[in-house]
Amino acid sequence: MRFIRRNLLAVVAILVLIYLFIPIAVVAILSFNKPSGKFNISWTQFSTDAWTNLCGVPGVCSSFVTSIQIGIIATIVATALGTMIAFALVRYRFRGRSTTNLLIFLPMATPEVVLGSSLLALFLNLRFPLGQWTVVIAHIMFIISFVVVTVKARLQGLDPRLEEAARDLYANPRSTFRYVTLPLVAPGIAGAALLGFSLSFDDFIISYFNAGTLVTFPIFIWGAAQRGIPVQVNALATLVFVIALLIVLGSQVVNYRRRRKLVST
Amino acid sequence: MPLRVAAPNVSPILVVDQAKPVVAAKRRSRTGYILLFPGMTWLAIFFAIPFITLFMTSLQQPVPGKIGKYQAGFELSNYANAMAEYWPQFLRSFIYAGIATLLALVIAFPLAYFIAMKGGRWRPLLLVLVIAPSFASFLLRTYAWRTILSDEGPITSFFNALHLLPDDRILNTGIAVVAGLTYNFLPFMILPLYAAIEKIDPRLIEASSDLYASATTTFRKVTWPLSLPGVVAGTLLTFIPAAGDYINAELLGSTKDRMIGNVIQTNFIEFRDYPTASALSFVLMAVILVLVFTYIRRAGTEELV
Repeated sequence: MRFIRRNLLAVVAILVLIYLFIPIAVVAILSFNKPSGKFNISWTQFSTDAWTNLCGVPGVCSSFVTSIQIGIIATIVATALGTMIAFALVRYRFRGRSTTNLLIFLPMATPEVVLGSSLLALFLNLRFPLGQWTVVIAHIMFIISFVVVTVKARLQGLDPRLEEAARDLYANPRSTFRYVTLPLVAPGIAGAALLGFSLSFDDFIISYFNAGTLVTFPIFIWGAAQRGIPVQVNALATLVFVIALLIVLGSQVVNYRRRRKLVST
Repeated sequence: MPLRVAAPNVSPILVVDQAKPVVAAKRRSRTGYILLFPGMTWLAIFFAIPFITLFMTSLQQPVPGKIGKYQAGFELSNYANAMAEYWPQFLRSFIYAGIATLLALVIAFPLAYFIAMKGGRWRPLLLVLVIAPSFASFLLRTYAWRTILSDEGPITSFFNALHLLPDDRILNTGIAVVAGLTYNFLPFMILPLYAAIEKIDPRLIEASSDLYASATTTFRKVTWPLSLPGVVAGTLLTFIPAAGDYINAELLGSTKDRMIGNVIQTNFIEFRDYPTASALSFVLMAVILVLVFTYIRRAGTEELV
């Protein structure tokens, strides 16, 4: 009886995992489709046209590149600012800690439509021209909190005795940070940057409010949804998904091997 | 969770507390403020101040004779008018988000429990699989549900054979919107649930069954109360973005299923009726802040970040 119950749980868990991936399978399968009309919704005929001609439809690749550029700038700035805040929260005493925590938590608890519209209200009142920079500013704002949370978790998990050991061995604060702290926190910072980039790259709602006439990849898809999404979009999205998955799985494997090595030595 | 040897008079709950990593003493120096300054300034200027401008915009009045131009004012009637016109969309947003949150909780719990309790060394991989769907475009994943729920598709045919669908279809109805919301925000439910369940000492569950509690009783009296922090966090993290979302309503629903996000977006970007859109946005935020603060009073701010 207990055996059956345990397996029932596993079956349900696997079904939920499959459910999570069904839409992605649809996106990937339809990237090999040759739709009969302008809407790429139902399967018609196998074709690799989209994959061999990724930029074949005007606007697809330029919006894709725009999103990558915005993602890189926003990620670099937000990762730097967020990492600094995480260090301050974990390592330093300061006044106004609960206000600081609240200001970091609230952007994650605010619906995107409110974040986007309130920032647009600010830019409109300042008569600030909308475009690439307003989108970058918006992305940095909503990514910072996620970076803080990720890096903070890593920092809190650090054994402070490692840094104490470095100090005991007469390392000055700078080299303790450079040779002990930073290498130990680096995976957390890298994870935060990856998360930040994927949030920025995929953001539609906040970007749409603050983009003006700028077209990012999600904004291109939104516009195309009314008149038919080109197959190339499916191909590019599948490509992004596979690359991201490989990066994350790769880092998991590296982590696992490193841990095993540590255990065996 | 590795078993730790506890002193005989220490309760299991205390053992979990002892397992917390050794924490370095916090220093008080100017460096802390220097590290905080740039990021917090960014959040103050581009997150906190916009709420003030949003509030000011929501009270603006039209410039006489110029359509689409507004000037500073104190038109509280903007709020009354906006709510009078759009209360159905407001109500619908909270109903749809509420149903989606409940469904997500029911779907997420078994998976979160499985990963936390039975995942073993596969836990990191399973967690990657939970997050992985977010790597594919949100818009395209939502759009893919048009294919899955299409009128000729197997799911619609199945429910039609059982005569369960009021409109004989799923696509372009509220059901599709709720299905999309449930799917899209599921990882936000799974991860906090996992974090809470992972902290449960499995020995407490064993103890319960050793004392002849049935599986149901063990769940009701032990597992569920101990996973409550995750349930609260997960429901908030699912409900909040779902209530403000307009992508699912736009791509999967009909014009009769529009949510408050759709109204804010069209009023802001297409109609350029900034005061009405700002008023709606402000009310949405106010409702959500009430929810969040109720939670903060329970959990404390440090727990959240």
